[in-house]
Amino acid sequence: MLQTSSSGSSYCLGIESTADDFSVGILSFDGKVLANVISAYIPEKGGIHPREAARHHVEVAGNVLAEAFERAGIKPRDMNIIAFSQGPGMGPCLRTGATAARALASYLGVPLVGVNHCVAHIEIGRLVTEAKDPVTLYVSGGNTIVAAFEESRYRIFGETLDIAVGNCLDVFAREAGFRQDATKPLGAMVEELASRGQTFFSLPYTVKGMDLSFSGLLTAAVQSLHEGKHRPEDVCLSLQEVAFSMLTEVTERALAHTEKPEVLLTGGVAANKRLQSMLKLIAEDHGARFCTVPKQFALDNGAMIAWTGILAYQHGMTVPIEKSFVKLKWRLDEVNVPWVDD
Amino acid sequence: MLFKKGAEANLYLEEWHDRKVIMKRRLPKEYRTTELDEQIRFQRTIHESQAIHRAKEAGVPTPTIFMIDTVEATIIMEFVEGRQVKQILNGLPREEKLGLCHHIGMLIGRLHNHEIIHGDLTTSNMIQTQRGKVVLVDFGLSEQSKELEARGVDLHLMKRAFQSTHYKYAKECFKAVMEGYAVTVGTTTAKKVMEKIKEIEKRGRYISER
Repeated sequence: MLQTSSSGSSYCLGIESTADDFSVGILSFDGKVLANVISAYIPEKGGIHPREAARHHVEVAGNVLAEAFERAGIKPRDMNIIAFSQGPGMGPCLRTGATAARALASYLGVPLVGVNHCVAHIEIGRLVTEAKDPVTLYVSGGNTIVAAFEESRYRIFGETLDIAVGNCLDVFAREAGFRQDATKPLGAMVEELASRGQTFFSLPYTVKGMDLSFSGLLTAAVQSLHEGKHRPEDVCLSLQEVAFSMLTEVTERALAHTEKPEVLLTGGVAANKRLQSMLKLIAEDHGARFCTVPKQFALDNGAMIAWTGILAYQHGMTVPIEKSFVKLKWRLDEVNVPWVDD
Repeated sequence: MLFKKGAEANLYLEEWHDRKVIMKRRLPKEYRTTELDEQIRFQRTIHESQAIHRAKEAGVPTPTIFMIDTVEATIIMEFVEGRQVKQILNGLPREEKLGLCHHIGMLIGRLHNHEIIHGDLTTSNMIQTQRGKVVLVDFGLSEQSKELEARGVDLHLMKRAFQSTHYKYAKECFKAVMEGYAVTVGTTTAKKVMEKIKEIEKRGRYISER
């Protein structure tokens, strides 16, 4: 069923463009990452404007593709399939990546595979950490999900009822006067300030069953920042402690319920050392292995799309170009993952 | 004897003054900062005991509480012998299954009538005794509220529990729950809550309208 290129190996190129990152990854079918080039759109002010981000993606697409091929040391003709993130995400951003993917697939005459962005985060995590059947905590600016495999799909055990935890930290950081730059994400700035905090004070802790809510926490944290009763360092500390304790509690409950052998932490917020240490503790407590994903595979990246594209392609899940519409609200638990063993 | 190691608390099955009791102990969590840890453990211990008591007043069977120890964050309560609804539901004949769900809906309605939000409505938190009585346990995440929003979230969680653990029957089971719920809260309120649930579901970041 697999097509083989002239060099003997098969390759997949994956395009990721759900939000502020445009990224291209190239993987061989045996899971070797040959290239993973990420270009981030950094807004001058405020959060991500979907149209502005999409414009950035259009502008950099050509260069990012060229750089990926150069790093991989192979040519477009060597590609056996093209994969793209089909959803969930921001419409204009998704359409940019989809357009590039369709053009490539049609020009090269190879199959196109539409990949669910959330599934891809889990799959690349499993590939690079060798986790077999983890409870995954996926935390980023757009997503906050606790999921585990159960009967042919990744089931969502808990998720945010309003904003994502990464969004909560980013908005807070902007309120605190931080500005995003290319070297340091906003979350890292909050983490740094929190590490100098000394006094914890109480902020709204909202866990509803297995679901979470961060909007009340954000409002209260921003309020105490502006009131000036607490040092900014202490506000950061308290905000992080409450937000991460909520995440850890829900993850622990999913772990206790499913008795899975691993905990996988991924997404942009996965880089936070405090969150890592908390999850490590609960993993150990339940005899599970704690795995976290290196930054280039934890952030939105093309490699994860390429890898999931390979898995899906091997199970016949290609999509005809005329039906390759993007799916803005494509839930993780709507996707069958036949490559995972029951 | 450790009866169940939960994520939030440990349950021990013990003999206490010639009674079989459950000791629910909220152990300190190493991952939490001390202040937050104590706050959560004590608050939930007190909350839970109060809610269990108030649920009884509402006519909802809950375990009898014998003692509360706020220093150790421990509740000593009646051991309810029976089986979790989670374990039996899928295996029941259709009529009985829907009957049980209808009954559960009535119990939830009684809680909500008395402004009690359970906060963690899953089928593992419902125990059916040999006589067929359904006892609600684990009020650790409960709150007092008469808001439509809180009621909606409460039932939304129930729905989610059906979808993850009983997904083959989720639709009809939840429908039966809502019918039972309407019996105790009245059809007008039930309709409003139902609309709220739909609104909550649409609010989710990546939920397509269905």
